[in-house]
Amino acid sequence: MEQAERFQAIVDAEDKIEPTDWMPEEYRKTLIRQIAQHAHSEIIGMQPEGNWITRAPTLKRKAILMAKVQDEAGHGLYLYSAAETLGITRDEMMRLLHTGRHKYSSIFNYPTLTWADMGAIGWLVDGAAITNQVMLTRSSYGPYARAMVRICKEESFHQRQGYEIMLTLCRGTDEQKAMAQDALDRWWWPSLMMFGPHDAESTHTEQSMAWKIKRISNDELRRQFVDMTVPQADYLGLTVPDPELRRDDATGHYAYGEIDWDEFWTVVKGDGPMNRERLEAKNRAWDQGAWVREAASAHAAKHPAHQHRSA
Amino acid sequence: MTVRSPTPAGVATASFPYVLRHGDDNLILAQQLGEWISQGPELESDIALANIAVDHLGVARMLLTYAGELEGDGRDEDALAMGRTERQYTNLLLVEQPNGDFATTMARQLFVDAYQVELWAALTGSADPTLAGVSGKAIKEASYHLRHSSTWVIRLGDGTEESHHRMQRAVDDLWRFTGEMLTPDAVDEQMAAIWVGPDIAAFRRPWTERVTAVLDQATLQVPTDDYARLGGRSGIHTEHLGHLLGELQWMQRTYPGMTW
Amino acid sequence: MPPNTLPTSIDPREETPLSYEVPLAPGEKLPDLPDRTIAAAGWPLWEVFVRQRRGLSHIHAGSLHAPDAETALQNARDVYTRRVEGVSLWVVRSDDITASDPDDAAELFEPFGEQPYRHATFYEIPDEVGHM
Repeated sequence: MEQAERFQAIVDAEDKIEPTDWMPEEYRKTLIRQIAQHAHSEIIGMQPEGNWITRAPTLKRKAILMAKVQDEAGHGLYLYSAAETLGITRDEMMRLLHTGRHKYSSIFNYPTLTWADMGAIGWLVDGAAITNQVMLTRSSYGPYARAMVRICKEESFHQRQGYEIMLTLCRGTDEQKAMAQDALDRWWWPSLMMFGPHDAESTHTEQSMAWKIKRISNDELRRQFVDMTVPQADYLGLTVPDPELRRDDATGHYAYGEIDWDEFWTVVKGDGPMNRERLEAKNRAWDQGAWVREAASAHAAKHPAHQHRSA
Repeated sequence: MTVRSPTPAGVATASFPYVLRHGDDNLILAQQLGEWISQGPELESDIALANIAVDHLGVARMLLTYAGELEGDGRDEDALAMGRTERQYTNLLLVEQPNGDFATTMARQLFVDAYQVELWAALTGSADPTLAGVSGKAIKEASYHLRHSSTWVIRLGDGTEESHHRMQRAVDDLWRFTGEMLTPDAVDEQMAAIWVGPDIAAFRRPWTERVTAVLDQATLQVPTDDYARLGGRSGIHTEHLGHLLGELQWMQRTYPGMTW
Repeated sequence: MPPNTLPTSIDPREETPLSYEVPLAPGEKLPDLPDRTIAAAGWPLWEVFVRQRRGLSHIHAGSLHAPDAETALQNARDVYTRRVEGVSLWVVRSDDITASDPDDAAELFEPFGEQPYRHATFYEIPDEVGHM
């Protein structure tokens, strides 16, 4: 089992596993799923925000939203590229997504009903991502780590623009402030659900721990997200929709209420508010684009000289 | 944002309607392309179309802002974009035609791009320094857009039987809207007289050569019908614009006078 | 905006994709990977190399799919440079790249092969592993 020992030695030394290194099959399968689902999340995440591009209230907001959604497409592309180094094609990953065998972050299964939702999901979803991004740049798998470094560099404006929308609304008219509160009411609990089930119900094996793709405690990260975000909500003058939320003055941490786990598992299993619509939209775009992709391939086959042009 | 450059004595100034129409062209195109984001045939297309949309929107914002300054009534880019009705919009009819399928969008883009590379190139020599400055940036983007749309028209025209059929139909359907951008009106003539704007009739030859070259390589027929549907520049639009504006202006019309 | 307080108590060697990690529901299994015999349809994979400015060398930036070289170059410009001027791009079909075996001790392992990645055509899963 020298291959396995070598593999573990590289991981233990904080070195990167690169595409041509031997790796355990379970590691490879887990990584493919993890990276692909990260990519799927970026792609599906384009839809809730894309829903408001044509209706953005100002041209500046429109431009920012377009740029943000474009970035998400790019991030998805970097991640699919990283996953492809593991021996799966993008087409295969798309099929796994389209047939529901791969998933994406549940947060995107909720509808964006008002302009304030653009603020809420930018603020909360990107806020949750902050806690992970730096860590992911240290992934033991080289291509994934490098994709994450590229993504982090481009993330800087995403994190602020959602909060800035909320701030503008909360400093605006009563109607705007009510819109902001309504958005927070609908997006707060789904944001907490992004961190996954309670630790006791999480499945992580000892192998995952040894391979440095172990999950950190879900509850711990969720707690830190709450600690970070509640003061931000207070600053906005908004009320977090959790009657059990209270601050422990001694520790500075917040205690909060229980997530509706029925809703959580319902959404994970595919019966959330927008699961079907998100996937159908993706399938429809893919199907409707088939003739375009085929045409481009046909053209390339007819003109092989184009394969090796000098620029 | 203030766009206008300081104007030394002896240099001319563009008119409000002249700058407005070019702002409108780019705004409506950006709005249309915005609908494609997340619906493209491939991820790379989504990124490319989004890039092009952001480019058009950037140019639109600069021109609308400048137009508002020229008008002198305190209207900014949003007041102009969100507060005018269909009859006050002066974009080309071509840009308000629906996206349709990818072939239709690429045909529309090819026709506009071939026109805009001429327009921006000419306007870099405008007597209006602000217009010249905006055009200097816009020409680089338009050159890239033209490469992109040409590439796609060629691949779809000379691709599969289905793509060829769709591409030909798109070209045929949109052809009647291509005359408007090559037909000068009174505003164009006024601007040409003071060296602010080019004689757009002079674009007809290079535009036709460029487009014909692409269509030929795409194995497509160049339509021979020279009927040109006009009206956009004078606010007489097709039925599509109203719906487009409905979506564009929804927030400002529903929640007037607020800050976003 | 109140500062984002990054968690300091987390072991930096550990990772979590929690925003994007979707848990397995009770009783759910990892999906099987696609059947290796299905040919990968669609546009081929290209590797992209970017030189940010004169004086530097081209650096591998990632990959993308495109039907041909011209489209690959245009896509690369959109995806990997956001069309900043002065940047030089190379695009190469992944198939055209010949890779070395990263380990010198070739006698311990089968020669890995010539491709930089584990393309479907090169990787075989032993039967028992497929059922894990």
